[in-house]
Amino acid sequence: MEYEFTKEDLKEIEKIKAKYPEVMPATLPVLWVAQNRFGHVEPEVQRLVAKTLGLPEAHVHGVATFYTQYYKEKKGKYVLDVCTCLSCQLCGGYDILEHLEKTLGIKKGETTQDGKFTLNEVECLGACGYAPMLQITNDKYINNLTVEKTDKLIDMLKKDEEPEYEEIEMPLRKVK
Amino acid sequence: MSSADWKNYEPVLIPNVKDIHKIDVYIKNGGYSALKSVLTDKKKWADSKSVVDEVKAANIRGRGGAGFNAGLKWSFMPPADGGPRYLACNGDESEPGTFKDRKIFEYNPHVFIEGALIAAYAMQITAIYVYIRGEYLAYIKMMEKAIQDAYDKGMIGKNIFGSDYSVDFHVTYGAGAYICGEETSMLESLEGKRGYPRVKPPFPAQKGLWGRPTTINNIETLAHVPSVINRGASWFSSIGAENHPGPILYGISGHVNRPGVYELPSGIPILDLINDVAGGMKNGKKLKAVIPGGSSTPVLRADQLEGITMDSESLRTAGTMLGTAGMVVMDEDTDMVDMLWRITHFYHHESCGQCTPCREGTGWLEKIMLKIKNGNGEVKDLDLLLDITTQMEGRTICALADAAAWPVRHTITRFRDEFEARCKKSAHAVV
Ligand SMILES: Cc1cc2nc3c(=O)[nH]c(=O)nc-3n(C[C@H](O)[C@H](O)[C@H](O)COP(=O)(O)O)c2cc1C
Ligand code: SF4
Repeated sequence: MEYEFTKEDLKEIEKIKAKYPEVMPATLPVLWVAQNRFGHVEPEVQRLVAKTLGLPEAHVHGVATFYTQYYKEKKGKYVLDVCTCLSCQLCGGYDILEHLEKTLGIKKGETTQDGKFTLNEVECLGACGYAPMLQITNDKYINNLTVEKTDKLIDMLKKDEEPEYEEIEMPLRKVK
Repeated sequence: MSSADWKNYEPVLIPNVKDIHKIDVYIKNGGYSALKSVLTDKKKWADSKSVVDEVKAANIRGRGGAGFNAGLKWSFMPPADGGPRYLACNGDESEPGTFKDRKIFEYNPHVFIEGALIAAYAMQITAIYVYIRGEYLAYIKMMEKAIQDAYDKGMIGKNIFGSDYSVDFHVTYGAGAYICGEETSMLESLEGKRGYPRVKPPFPAQKGLWGRPTTINNIETLAHVPSVINRGASWFSSIGAENHPGPILYGISGHVNRPGVYELPSGIPILDLINDVAGGMKNGKKLKAVIPGGSSTPVLRADQLEGITMDSESLRTAGTMLGTAGMVVMDEDTDMVDMLWRITHFYHHESCGQCTPCREGTGWLEKIMLKIKNGNGEVKDLDLLLDITTQMEGRTICALADAAAWPVRHTITRFRDEFEARCKKSAHAVV
């Protein structure tokens, strides 16, 4: 498949480049533009990024492979990143991960056959007070998970209904 | 205000004001007056150096983990030479147990923006970058909007408040890598590269972004600056613990009834934080252990907590550190072997691989911990683990190796019985 940026993408890329005194700093943000457009940054896409920025392919490949959020291969429509690190571990992150493995019939790291879900175990996502939690496709955080809440989420996603952004209650501000 | 009086403390970073994240509300509540003061009140602030001195006197100890006096760090910047100078704001927040800076992004972004602008003026910075971890997409969008709003109101850009000071402010973000929170790794990432920490010296104040003078500060550190300017250094330094003064965002997670982020004076007794602030232990369980400030700070047993307060001095006597004040609370049912294995997995996963003691060491720690967790360990493996931690510490480019070594050493020493109970005993001599 031929990958090409749209006109809007190219406009955004110009805006990104204007933030920095050099071209190289645009590597990470432009990889993001590419991933948002194509859903992944497979080698072909990495090549497009390199060509667009006039940077060596090896450089773009090096960057793409250093950072975990870039998808170096195609993923399911919804990527479920379940945190199991420290606070999430203590609060049942592994129970949620195992429950999802059972419900979706896949192991962590795998994608369902219909291409709908990819399941991952990830490191701390900075939501320790709202554990256990997961992140959907590098975007929304779903906090304070229970088995019931997880089941409801999967039902929604199966119907392509987007969950809401969850605002966290301000903690008690004045303790008296 | 003394630490003991914490119940009467009024938050300034995350105050009880509805919609404070909106710039109009922030301004209505006195926001951007500190910036205006330093830029226009020449009687009070003769020059940019007077701002540095005030912040230095306040002793805002860096909230990113290392606890370095912010004003002192600013004073290391070489004199302005007409070329570009940078402030890089560290919003990478990835140390397990830490989730405080996002509260500022979400609830009061302008207090951080104002603080960063004052810092930038104080150091005669020409451009500010805030680097936010890629996973915080929601907060990245909020920050982009808040910064645009501040541009529109003339708080950022050319000739702020009619002064001759101009500065730009950009949002940049990562893509998943804990190491990019280490300051020189963050600079590499900002420059569009793999996040390999740099060898120091040269320090960022000499050669930072694109080889130019650069200062790196944590988001919360900068958010404290406006109140220091408004209320004075002595106000700030009179709050909480003398050696580590000011308000702190405590992130409390784990087995407590009310986990969350709380803004309170430094130096609060750990047991008050657990029992009062966080509402006590969940399900009436007994307290077993606490990690006081993120996964790298050594764990304390419940019996070590009496009289220990959340400041660097007290925690040092107890044998640990304040770190990021991201406190993780564990109840009596917690399996310390399991818990430690997961931490070793984290550091192994996040080591950038530049230094052999870290790349190999973190791998060995995880491998041996997995063996012990699965019931195949031997008692001598515990001593092997302790030996590896000594081989790793202080021998690498950045402090990730130390951060990986400390929890292993201290969890094993402080819970040795529990670890030995999981290990096979052997009659063979240890050779
Ligand atoms: C492995 C590692 C990870 C770090 N992660 C962060 C981080 O996520 N956020 C942060 O502010 N500081 C982090 N730091 C500390 C920074 O290197 C630096 O000291 C800090 O940002 C300076 O700001 P401060 O003086 O205002 O605290 C990390 C350090 C190390 C060694
Ligand atoms: S100590 Fe570890 S993380 Fe830090 S530079 Fe060396 S290998 Fe990389």
